[in-house]
Amino acid sequence: MADIGSTANLAAADKGAAGAAAPGTDDKESKRNFNYPLVKICDMAEELRVEAVDMVVTAVEKHPGNFEAAAQNIKELMDKRCGNSWHAVVGEGYGFEVTHEMRNLLYMYFGGNLGVLVWKAS
Amino acid sequence: MKSVRRTKVAIESATLGRTASTHSLRSANGDEAGGGGGGGGGGGDDWLPPKVLLKPPGQLQLTEAELNEELTRILNANNPHAPQNIARFNHRERVFKASPNVDHLVVHFEFDGYLSYKNVDDSAGGAAVRREESVMAPAGAPAAAESGAGEREAGVPAAGGDAAPDAGEEKAKEEEEKKPKGPLRNQFNFSERASQTTNNPYRERWTNTEPPPQRTFSDTVNQWSIFDAYIEDQLQKEKAKAKAPAGGAGAKGAKDEDKQNILPTETHAEDVYYKNTDLRRALIIIERMANQNTFDEIAQDYKYYEDASDELTPSKGSLLPLWKFLCEKEKRKQVTALCWNSKFSDFFTVGYGSYDFSNQGPGMIAGFTLKNPSYPEFLYVTDSGVMSLDFHPQHHSMIAVGLYDGSVAVYSMQEKSDGPLFKSAPKAGKHTDPVWQVCWQKDDLDGNANFFSISTDGRVTQWTLLKTELNHTDVIKLRLEMKGPQGPGELDAAIDDGQLFSLAGGSCFDFHKNLDHLFVVGTEEGKIFKCSKEYNNQYLLSFEGHQMSVYAVRYNHFHHSIFISASADWSVKLWDHDEAKPIMSFDLNSSVGDIAWAPYSSTVFAAATADGKVCVFDLAENKYEPISEQQVVRKAKLTHIAFNPFEPVLLVGDDKGQVISLKLSPNLRKKSKEDDEATKLRNIILIAKGQSPTD
Repeated sequence: MADIGSTANLAAADKGAAGAAAPGTDDKESKRNFNYPLVKICDMAEELRVEAVDMVVTAVEKHPGNFEAAAQNIKELMDKRCGNSWHAVVGEGYGFEVTHEMRNLLYMYFGGNLGVLVWKAS
Repeated sequence: MKSVRRTKVAIESATLGRTASTHSLRSANGDEAGGGGGGGGGGGDDWLPPKVLLKPPGQLQLTEAELNEELTRILNANNPHAPQNIARFNHRERVFKASPNVDHLVVHFEFDGYLSYKNVDDSAGGAAVRREESVMAPAGAPAAAESGAGEREAGVPAAGGDAAPDAGEEKAKEEEEKKPKGPLRNQFNFSERASQTTNNPYRERWTNTEPPPQRTFSDTVNQWSIFDAYIEDQLQKEKAKAKAPAGGAGAKGAKDEDKQNILPTETHAEDVYYKNTDLRRALIIIERMANQNTFDEIAQDYKYYEDASDELTPSKGSLLPLWKFLCEKEKRKQVTALCWNSKFSDFFTVGYGSYDFSNQGPGMIAGFTLKNPSYPEFLYVTDSGVMSLDFHPQHHSMIAVGLYDGSVAVYSMQEKSDGPLFKSAPKAGKHTDPVWQVCWQKDDLDGNANFFSISTDGRVTQWTLLKTELNHTDVIKLRLEMKGPQGPGELDAAIDDGQLFSLAGGSCFDFHKNLDHLFVVGTEEGKIFKCSKEYNNQYLLSFEGHQMSVYAVRYNHFHHSIFISASADWSVKLWDHDEAKPIMSFDLNSSVGDIAWAPYSSTVFAAATADGKVCVFDLAENKYEPISEQQVVRKAKLTHIAFNPFEPVLLVGDDKGQVISLKLSPNLRKKSKEDDEATKLRNIILIAKGQSPTD
């Protein structure tokens, strides 16, 4: 019984693996398609928003795999662009609650796996 | 002549030493025989000391020729005593050489100051400084020597001279002994005379600016949420693509998505809240609740308060002031019209304008409810001052309005617009004077609503509301003298006199409650005419009694032939419309602005006077005096008065734009118990006429 059970389990696992594999490939494929910035929430002025998204994209592409450097870069760029006290978070998974100055928040996804949060608070 | 002289010759060689040659001329007195010269003065000059000619002892006796001889001397800067032949040994050349440089400097006078620097500790230097030194010019002494006087150590004590010996070195020694041994005191110890001005104290000034608005925002980033977001985005893009060929809707959809991404404050604007009908209704309810709380006491009084003193004095009544209605915008306007709604017992409209010819401006119509005294429910602004208002008795939302410029208009509260539903065209039949009263009539045979208006231009006009326009018909022209049928000749004469065209200025009218065609018109001249719609050239009857403008005429609600009039001549008169003379007359001691019958009793009416009083009469109680006479406002004239058709509430308006609601005490709203109201009034009138009442 145990054997049967175990084999059954294995089969189930196999099936699961097979089932997972298909979406996995699909996932990869779509991830390639996801290679564009998706602004989730932004209350900036239109002009600034476009610029900020550009900065995030350049910074993340410049430092592939190095979130810290990317975040540092984004922060510096934004500081230079519109004054002090910008903060940036780049990562694949995190939770946050931030206090930001109104009309100075950008929350976006990029590349299908990155969440980027840029805000201003002094 | 007391002086101490010391010579110091600043010649390097100093071979000459000190030379002082001072001749006291007096000492030679005896030698010379010059004494006689002094006596020459003689005479009056005796008291003068004798003049003595003094000669030095060794003076040369010269002959006249010698005296006249001219001797030429040349003065130059060379020191004659300076040695000319100084030879020095020159070590380099090992030979004596004559020095070419002879010092010709002679110091005649040298004076060292008294002052010494305070901080310098100089006992030695101080001595030098303290010493006063004078230098006798050695150049002068040789000159004397040349003249043969020879060198002499002078220092001769003159008369009374106790001069110290001129041995300079001795004197210096003495002084040095006298000098204190310690550091020299400077007796001229100056202090600096700098002055200090006050320094302004430092001040600090700062302001706090408001920090930029902030908001907190929280979310969680993880792979599946990112994935979902992208998938959703792609789906929307596909949708947009699918829509795009169909039209520009796709782009719009995308834009909408953009808007959704933006936080809600982006789209927040002012005009949202009151355009939303649901929210508006909620706001109105809240406003009423707030008002109900604020005016809770008044509301309680309105509902429950009865004046207890009415029980004790049955023939007197009182008025209890309730809410006051004052619209901020109309402070400078007068209340020119008051009208209760025919259906809603709490609702009324107020017309604002001005009776002052020189102070005209735009008017207003405000609809108030008793439930909200602080702000009108609706507000219409008119080009000209509002003069009259009337609610349609059946169509409760229709208001007929007469304006100061002579035009009439119809507003409907159901319409959302701010403008009137109908407005009389400027040319077609418009009155040329203010429209003093408007009054709805029963719909005509075609079912069109119609109303009447009266103006001081002497016309009574009927206005019919057609689908698109306001149709007008002149019902009557109020001729001043309208006699019976005239001969053609008389008519011509009348035309020549211009009498035909002089019209009476109508100021008010009222329709008979039963007979549609019958109405009475009050004029500015004081006459009242009974007219009929059927005869537009003739009065049925002319009532004479008022001397000044008639402000209001009202038919009784119960007894249909009785009407009442209020006039500027301080009187209120009660008329039977079949008799030319008044039945009763009441003097109120002030111009009576308006009058109204109570809707519940045939014998009760109220008058508003220009001195701010409201007088309520009940003829069943007192036929001569008002049973309530109450000052309602101070320093304002009451212009209008209106009974609420359902509740015991009276409204009065004044010329300051204020409307006051008053509650009638129980004595003022007595109804007859057994007989009906018409009989009650009839009996009173019969008594007034001197007949016995009949049942």
